[in-house]
Amino acid sequence: MANVLALIEISAEGGIANSAPAVIAAAAKLGTPVAVLAARPGEGTRFVARLGEFGAQQVFLVESDRAGAVLAAAQTAALESAARELSPSAVVAANSVESREAAARFAVRCGAGLLADAVDVMVTADGTPATSHSVFGGAYNVQATVPGRLSVITLRQGALEDRAPAATPEVTTVSLDVEAGNAAVIEQVHPTAADSSRPPLRGAAAVVSGGRGLGSKENFVLVEQLADALGAAVGASRAAVDAGYVPQSYQVGQTGVAVSPQLYVALGISGAIQHRAGMQTSKTIVAINKDEDAPIFDVADFGIVGDVFTVVPQLIEALGDRAKNAGALSAQAN
Amino acid sequence: MKILVMVKQVPDTEEERRLDLATGCLDRDGSERVADEINERALEVALRYKDGDKKGTEVVALAMGPADAAQALRKALSMGADSAVHVLDDALEGVDIVRTAEVLAAAAKRTGFDLVVAGNESTDGRGGVVPAMVAEHLGLPLLPSLNSVEIDEASVAGEAGVENGSLTVRASLPAVVSVTERAAEARFPSFKGIMTAKRKPLTSLSLSDLGLDAAASASVVLSISERPARTAGRKIHDDGNAGNELAEFLAAGRLI
Repeated sequence: MANVLALIEISAEGGIANSAPAVIAAAAKLGTPVAVLAARPGEGTRFVARLGEFGAQQVFLVESDRAGAVLAAAQTAALESAARELSPSAVVAANSVESREAAARFAVRCGAGLLADAVDVMVTADGTPATSHSVFGGAYNVQATVPGRLSVITLRQGALEDRAPAATPEVTTVSLDVEAGNAAVIEQVHPTAADSSRPPLRGAAAVVSGGRGLGSKENFVLVEQLADALGAAVGASRAAVDAGYVPQSYQVGQTGVAVSPQLYVALGISGAIQHRAGMQTSKTIVAINKDEDAPIFDVADFGIVGDVFTVVPQLIEALGDRAKNAGALSAQAN
Repeated sequence: MKILVMVKQVPDTEEERRLDLATGCLDRDGSERVADEINERALEVALRYKDGDKKGTEVVALAMGPADAAQALRKALSMGADSAVHVLDDALEGVDIVRTAEVLAAAAKRTGFDLVVAGNESTDGRGGVVPAMVAEHLGLPLLPSLNSVEIDEASVAGEAGVENGSLTVRASLPAVVSVTERAAEARFPSFKGIMTAKRKPLTSLSLSDLGLDAAASASVVLSISERPARTAGRKIHDDGNAGNELAEFLAAGRLI
């Protein structure tokens, strides 16, 4: 099988980015996954075992003191170097701010095709890598390919659930002088304090979102309480963000994060088309809203016309009782 | 300072957006087309710099698209851009992002600039890769997805949100930046702006004006399918027990 490069990103905290398992899994669906990583000299080796757990059969480690000092230049050079050595049939990178810059620059530099924001990858009957894209908030599914050229694919974060079987990777280490004259300089890195125990919105299995119906920033805590009872991530409608209840990073929808969880719970959200575009591919949708004509009910599998401030506390209590009963049952069984 | 702002005309997200199932292209009759909101924020970033340097700063709006993309450019002119450039050529219909970036970079080079400002991703395509490809074609640094932007005479800086944190990044001019919707709240066109927009220069450029040939896109759409619309499920009115009923629904679906 042909080699497929998987660009690994290092997060602001200095660890392997959350996107890595899916990027490696996508590469494994297309061929032999090779993790490509740019790091400062001596700092990359510690990631090799973890990349093997994610399924990398080979780790192509590029050492450069530019890694982490300038934006994307070392990663782009690492892809170029790996592509020269390994003649891949495709390159997969996360559609994140940093990885997609490296992927885009690499594609231009080597005249490759670029398939952006894929939600899945596959190989066509004639062996060409192809991608699947979720367009207009999931209203359409489009499959695309770039025949006769190297395919560079950026993968929507949190979209691909596949994981590759663990492997023991071979390691190739290359030292590179990276030309960084035309790269942006990273002056400061500000890691965010590790946020609570809640899962990140992108890729969460369950999401509880709140809208303007919560009425105030103080009341929004109800959304967080239900999220914690369900082990869910917290999201919000644009109206709730604009009203200042939560930061913009919580926004689900056309201009925020697009999510596709197993369970999506919308509290006090009317369901403007821009919000639905970011959540309507969720497996199960639950909506609670006072307005029985709210458009969110058109896409809800279970809709409750009622007051979130009475329904949600009752739900949280019922969930707690179920957890207790389940605990008691398993204690009996023991 | 000459600031070039990239503008894209997109289907209005307030309406149902449709693809033509035969061609994979946007169904242009399907919905109203408007200037992408993110581009208005990009324009605002440029106009704020111009507000502090009215005499010395020129703001140019650049779009590639069919004839009606001129409407988006007129809107930019009414908001305060000084002139506009429209890359208009039948051979560009339905081209992919790789080709789009090549053409936009050629148009930027021909127009001249100290700084290019783009939106981080369009509301219709959402790929977010065009600014980086344009920067690569121009051999320039990119400050991507900035939540805040500071421009001075010699450099541009800002904060880019990345996984588990953010980065403060800087580049000397000339450079390309892309901005998120947090970067700036766009102004509304004033009456005077709307009136003067009609007299501001709007130049059309064809591929041959840019010295490019009519090459086809490399990428191919293999298939396109419409996801069946979601249908409403059960809807109940809370009679005092809805929270418990919902807990049962979640348990039955193994969602807890």
